[in-house]
Amino acid sequence: MTTKEQASTWAAVGSGVTRAVPIVLGYVPIGLTYGVLAQKAGLSGLNAVLMSLLVYAGSSQLVAAGLFGAGAPAPTIILTTFVVNLRHMLLSAAVSPYLKSWRKGELAAFAYELTDETFALHAVRFPSGVPPKGEVFAVNVTAQASWLLGTGLGVALGEIIGDVEPLGLDYVLPAMFIALSVMQMEDAIHVGVALFGGALSVALLLLGVAQWNVILATIIAASVGVCLELWTNDRSS
Amino acid sequence: MDQRQIFLTILGMAAVTYAPRLLPTWLLSSRTLPRWLVIWLRHVPVAVLSAMLFPAILSDGGQLHLGLDNLFLLSAFPTLVVAWRTRSLFAPVATGVLLVALARRFFPL
Repeated sequence: MTTKEQASTWAAVGSGVTRAVPIVLGYVPIGLTYGVLAQKAGLSGLNAVLMSLLVYAGSSQLVAAGLFGAGAPAPTIILTTFVVNLRHMLLSAAVSPYLKSWRKGELAAFAYELTDETFALHAVRFPSGVPPKGEVFAVNVTAQASWLLGTGLGVALGEIIGDVEPLGLDYVLPAMFIALSVMQMEDAIHVGVALFGGALSVALLLLGVAQWNVILATIIAASVGVCLELWTNDRSS
Repeated sequence: MDQRQIFLTILGMAAVTYAPRLLPTWLLSSRTLPRWLVIWLRHVPVAVLSAMLFPAILSDGGQLHLGLDNLFLLSAFPTLVVAWRTRSLFAPVATGVLLVALARRFFPL
């Protein structure tokens, strides 16, 4: 590599890090909350950090911390994680067409760090030309590094904080669900699916279907959404 | 669960999280996914988020919990408004957490 090429690589990395700053500002406090809650749920500091390294999916990690704390069995935790993170398939499918020239190894590394937030950055940038790989990876690595930093701080803080309730930290997850739902709402069918899925989940819970209520309600509500959408499309076309 | 079992569970979580992130990049295009699956996947996020949200704010210990003493439910409305206005993650979360913390401080039940 010539000196000039090296300089432009570093410039690309620098601009990737800069573009990731808004993500960092969100990830550090939420990662910190996850760290505190994971520590309170009985995960060792090492396991809490490993989850941020290996799973790296914010809301599902907070959900899993809650399930570990409630003594849920491993298959329930893994299946719930799968359903909560299934949406990444769509994000991945949306950006993939822009990366046709990338090698499989590069795609594998890129996909590993694809989150709602990094997707949002890439999705607005890629249509006007995919930036140098150094910049794309700098965005992703900076984001995950801040998530790991937040997790580490949270684990350390969790050992100091006696009770999370006076700080309202037990409300982070419900508030995140609200924020993420609103970001996903595209049309009236989505609102209907959300209300139906939520109501069904509560109904199943009241009927005694604990822990599986979320998965069942999600599958049923999403399927009803497909029927509604196909039906309205057929009528309008 | 001991820490070793927790670690093995985390490995399982990592596998089921990575597969949906990776596969479309290798299959390259959303056009290779059947239409009904694309629509279904588009509905999964809203369905799963509300399937987790509603029990968190409407129930307590397997019982329906509605009323003015349900702090989580009351705080959901301002959180929703901020989420709608800002379309961001941090602002609504900060709003909700702050309201819950303040309410517990000044109006202990």
